[in-house]
Amino acid sequence: MELTFYVASAIAILATIMVITNYNMIHALLYLVVSFLAVAVVFFTLGAPFMAALEVIIYAGAIVVLIIFVIMMLNLTNEDVQQEKTWLRPKTWIGPALLSLVLLAELAYLVIAEDMPTINNQPVDAREVGLALYGPYLLGVQLCGMLLMAGIVGAYHLGRQKKKVVHRFLERSEI
Amino acid sequence: MTNIPMEAGLLLAGILFTLGLISVLIRRNIIFMLISVEIMLNAAGLAFIVAATRWAQPDGQVMFIFILTMAAAEVSVGLALILQLHHQLKTLDSDAANKMFG
Repeated sequence: MELTFYVASAIAILATIMVITNYNMIHALLYLVVSFLAVAVVFFTLGAPFMAALEVIIYAGAIVVLIIFVIMMLNLTNEDVQQEKTWLRPKTWIGPALLSLVLLAELAYLVIAEDMPTINNQPVDAREVGLALYGPYLLGVQLCGMLLMAGIVGAYHLGRQKKKVVHRFLERSEI
Repeated sequence: MTNIPMEAGLLLAGILFTLGLISVLIRRNIIFMLISVEIMLNAAGLAFIVAATRWAQPDGQVMFIFILTMAAAEVSVGLALILQLHHQLKTLDSDAANKMFG
């Protein structure tokens, strides 16, 4: 079980590195699916099976498919891949990457320096999560509903394309 | 029974978050920036799950469900904005967004 955790972590990190270094958007999204599936395995080994299922269904299923749909609608060609290559030069990425890695090293030092206990893994199943969700966190659930409603209305309003209104007489005169 | 040290889980979350942060900083393509924000949100959720497992309480998992909801709402609005940007400017360059003019 521990080996599963470490292998899945390695897959998640490698796939995420492939996502952020890929020039082709569709390839990057396929690696992103692999990364999310690996994180789902990590959730499962940590004793959160319901969250693993949600990760697969919502992240790897819904969100990535939504992004793929939009990429298909945008009609990207090989030129966009070349454009991405010209944008991503080593001079551009090496500074932020180094500074972020220094921050990560500091974080790792702080985490390791603290003496933390090992996880004694007893799974928290969906029943307890549901009881907590609709018990003390009921207000949060309602706020989530309002957030999703705002998301739907916002996406509809922003994504609507304004139709050109042409009078039918003008249309006929053009023909 | 597994015996995973808590540092390992938190380190994994930190590494994934840093990778997402690097990608947000270095990319100019706006879709890649959206993908990187998803990676960062996922890493934050992973940290919550690790904490939930440490104390064997469901609260961390509830927080992960909230993060999931927020990510879904965010990606729908973000993709609508990307469609609008590409429709008006014919580019995915995030620098071009300052010329959107409503």
